[in-house]
Amino acid sequence: MKKIFLIIQREYLTRVRKRSFIVMTILGPILMAAVVVVPVYLAKRTNETKTVAVIDETGIFFEKFKDSDNIKFHYLVSDIGTAKSNFRKSGDHALLYIPKTDVTLPANAILYSENSVNINVKSYIRNVMSKQIEELKLEAQLRALQTGNKTPISVDDILRSVKTNVDILTLKIGDDGKEEKSYTEVSMILGMFAGILIYFFIFMFGSQVMRGVIEEKTSRIVEVIISSVKPFQLMMGKIIGVGMVGLTQFLLWVVLTFGIVTVVTSTLAPKEIQKTATEQIMKQNKSYNPNTIMPEGLEKTSEAKDGAGEVMEALNSVNFPVMIGSFLFFFLFGYLMYAALFAGIGGAVDSEADTQQFMLPITMPLILAIVMAQFIIQDPEGPVAFWFSIIPLTSPVIMMIRIPFGVPYYQVILSMVLLILGFLATTWLASKIYRTGILMYGKKVNYKELWKWIRYKN
Amino acid sequence: MDLFSAIDVSKHYANHKALDKVSINVPEGSIFGLLGPNGAGKTTLIRIINQIIAPDEGDLFFRGHKLEANDVAKIGYLPEERGLYKKMTVGEQSMYLAQLKGLSRHEAQQRLNYWFEKFEIKNWWNRKVEELSKGMQQKVQFLVTIIHEPTLLIFDEPFSGFDPINTNLLKEEILAQKDKGATIIFSTHNMASVEELCDHIALINRSRVILDGHVRDIKRAYKTNTYEISYNTYEGNLRDLLPETFEVLDQSRDIDHLHARIRIPMDGTPNDLLKSLLPHVTIYALHELIPNMNDIFINAVTGPNPQPVTLN
Repeated sequence: MKKIFLIIQREYLTRVRKRSFIVMTILGPILMAAVVVVPVYLAKRTNETKTVAVIDETGIFFEKFKDSDNIKFHYLVSDIGTAKSNFRKSGDHALLYIPKTDVTLPANAILYSENSVNINVKSYIRNVMSKQIEELKLEAQLRALQTGNKTPISVDDILRSVKTNVDILTLKIGDDGKEEKSYTEVSMILGMFAGILIYFFIFMFGSQVMRGVIEEKTSRIVEVIISSVKPFQLMMGKIIGVGMVGLTQFLLWVVLTFGIVTVVTSTLAPKEIQKTATEQIMKQNKSYNPNTIMPEGLEKTSEAKDGAGEVMEALNSVNFPVMIGSFLFFFLFGYLMYAALFAGIGGAVDSEADTQQFMLPITMPLILAIVMAQFIIQDPEGPVAFWFSIIPLTSPVIMMIRIPFGVPYYQVILSMVLLILGFLATTWLASKIYRTGILMYGKKVNYKELWKWIRYKN
Repeated sequence: MDLFSAIDVSKHYANHKALDKVSINVPEGSIFGLLGPNGAGKTTLIRIINQIIAPDEGDLFFRGHKLEANDVAKIGYLPEERGLYKKMTVGEQSMYLAQLKGLSRHEAQQRLNYWFEKFEIKNWWNRKVEELSKGMQQKVQFLVTIIHEPTLLIFDEPFSGFDPINTNLLKEEILAQKDKGATIIFSTHNMASVEELCDHIALINRSRVILDGHVRDIKRAYKTNTYEISYNTYEGNLRDLLPETFEVLDQSRDIDHLHARIRIPMDGTPNDLLKSLLPHVTIYALHELIPNMNDIFINAVTGPNPQPVTLN
């Protein structure tokens, strides 16, 4: 046990001290942050104009949705049923339905669309609605204060009481006019992102294991080491050590990416929105109470809400403990399963150039998983998604894509159990190839030869 | 007493037998030469001793008990195919390998300090292995092989890659290890070094031990009763002076003397040779030709119908 720890330690330390590790650790988050920030930025600049039909049964949002370069609103007077059945013919991007409420101010709306709704449209609508509702609440508060019906209370209390979260339910209108619940963009992005990340990590660190084995073989140190430890210990030590490098890199990426995204979104992106928000509040403040000095706190809340707050709010809807927990599980065991295979290949060949023929069957399921990902994200509960997320070779990637959409527990557990079994099976297989292969030099190995090695006893 | 012995060890691979009922006995405190042509099975046997691979049949004994996993801490192995991590520094690497052999961090550090000082390589500690010459790497390699003070040392072609100066240093170090009580198994093709270092040998050919025993005994067994004489004042053929059963292998001449190599029948002595020659020639020197290991090796391996010979 002490020896395997020494091996893990060496594998880990030599890698995290490498320049390439440090460069990747810094570049990775910048790239990932760019992946998050750039599409949002580009989407904001897109020229295509989308029209949104509005049915406002409450009447309080009349003319509040302002047309911009990208979004045009038009108000319908028909009832929601007709509007829905006419929706396909209308050519509108989406149909916004704000149902009537009896006593309270409305706090939710339904957004119907044929495809997924543009995230900007949705966030704009949410902003306008919550602002309008907050305005109305504030108005009521101020009126109560002015008429003396209410004793003055602190600014904080006022702010707290007016703060409003608007729920917008996104529904799809299918070809037959049926509604189905649409999967939120956040789930899609998150699922895809997690799936690709697992794919990428397995590939990157799996091939690091392979290169490490080949390095030990070509530098001829392997025989020195296995005269002190068992080949299996050396193989597992390497796999675990490299896996820990992967985890370290991942955690650093998460921390740094969050840092960068937060900084970027809160400084650059929302400036415009901040400005308009502040202007609006100043205006309304003047009109209602010209003598009151604008409390600083008010400005701040609106800022937070429009900028990074928007992203954070969306992210809050995700179950992060489940997401991170299952990511770590599928990352670790997916990696362990594949790394064993990579180690087996490394042991069988003399140089990286010889790995090609053995790499194919290993990379195939991974690439297949990534190719299937785009279909699975459209239908995360279908049979294809089910099978791909159960079979161990594809399950790490596909299950991660499915998890943000919600997967029945029995499926997750089944998938996890099979993945652990897959890991044990590949490790057993790979260790047999490995322990024979590392002592073979200058021999061209083919599948027949590998099969022979697997059947050797001890 | 034997420090290590292998009894009827066999190892098969898919289409050939690497070892066929091989038995060797390595006496404690000896330097044991494991000889044989390429592909004879030496490396397989050495790997079995190091428990890198397991034999199909046969038993292995180490210090009186069956060889077990913990014994690797008492064995030092310098493989023929050897190397170091190129990107790691010498010091870090030595620490790693020493600890893998079971030394504590502290112990490893102390002993390495001692040896680095002794080999005068202290300034290599922080250098990467790839910056060292091949000979320098071999030195480091040798050092980490003996760092845990093993009772059994196994060297597979230890001198390859060393210049004559370092070869000597290494030889001295091997002998010093022997003096400290270590037993050494030594595999090589270099017969001169076998002659110089080994007490016992086993010669493996085609997966079997064909010759095995004390070097002195083997040499005696391979003696052919051949003598070389240096003489003068006789210009004719020596053949004419000798009894029929004597065989003149060759005759030559240099500035001072004439020389001849003569094989005497197995029951004869050099006195018989002298008796025949003294009346006719002036003899300056006579000495017995003892076969060297090189001849024995070639003879045993390529000789007609080689039969296993055991001399103990």
